[in-house]
Amino acid sequence: MSTLLHAEYPVEAEDYTRAGEASADIKRKLKQLGVSAQVLRRVAVASYEVELNLVIHSMGGTLTLEVSPERVRLISADRGPGIPNVELAMREGWSTANETARSLGFGAGMGLPNMKRNADEFAIESEVGRGTTIRMGFLLA
Amino acid sequence: MKISDIIPLIEAVNETPDADTGKEILCGYTCDLLSWVMAHGQEGMAWVTVQTHMNVIAVAVLSDMACVILPEDIRMEKESLQKAADEGMCVLRSPLSGYEICGRLHGAGIPDKD
Repeated sequence: MSTLLHAEYPVEAEDYTRAGEASADIKRKLKQLGVSAQVLRRVAVASYEVELNLVIHSMGGTLTLEVSPERVRLISADRGPGIPNVELAMREGWSTANETARSLGFGAGMGLPNMKRNADEFAIESEVGRGTTIRMGFLLA
Repeated sequence: MKISDIIPLIEAVNETPDADTGKEILCGYTCDLLSWVMAHGQEGMAWVTVQTHMNVIAVAVLSDMACVILPEDIRMEKESLQKAADEGMCVLRSPLSGYEICGRLHGAGIPDKD
């Protein structure tokens, strides 16, 4: 599988002013590649949600974009703290966001379910003390 | 209906004079919970919110919205307006309440989201 594009974006914890910059760049790059508007929007929503999750919940991490002729892949890998109960975290309405996040209008507990809804492929692995990795795929063909 | 058509309708001021007001508005929406809006945002949406921080612009841009509308003469932070200008997102400020703005938009034929 040939890679058309590979980009990595470091995302810092609690950096609300830059939140969304990685997603905006991802959207721009995919648009330049001629990805359809329908797929572009789903990737944009999912990448923003995962980027915000890194800002709100993680100790920092990296968002990676990989594009092949078949699919767009987004991989979010953080340095912790890990999710104790992934099943609960996946439930719509469940949130552990702090006051800062909530005061900005985040923390509705829609992030992970929204990613899953928008991606064609979704996988999450988490280990407390190590971190969380989320892999999403968006089919192009 | 275009952005330029709703400006007089909701007695608004365009806070982003360089943005394209010829964009078509396809639907209207109001919500202040950004995570909620991310799940329901749509292309061409006119979004009424009291939130004014930078993430509002990011959400509007990523969802391909037409414009953001601030009710009750709420002022958006300078940094957010700059980001809106950079991204070509139109921000309107209206003296009317969110309720009245949505009422007028709906009355003028702008539908709800899908």
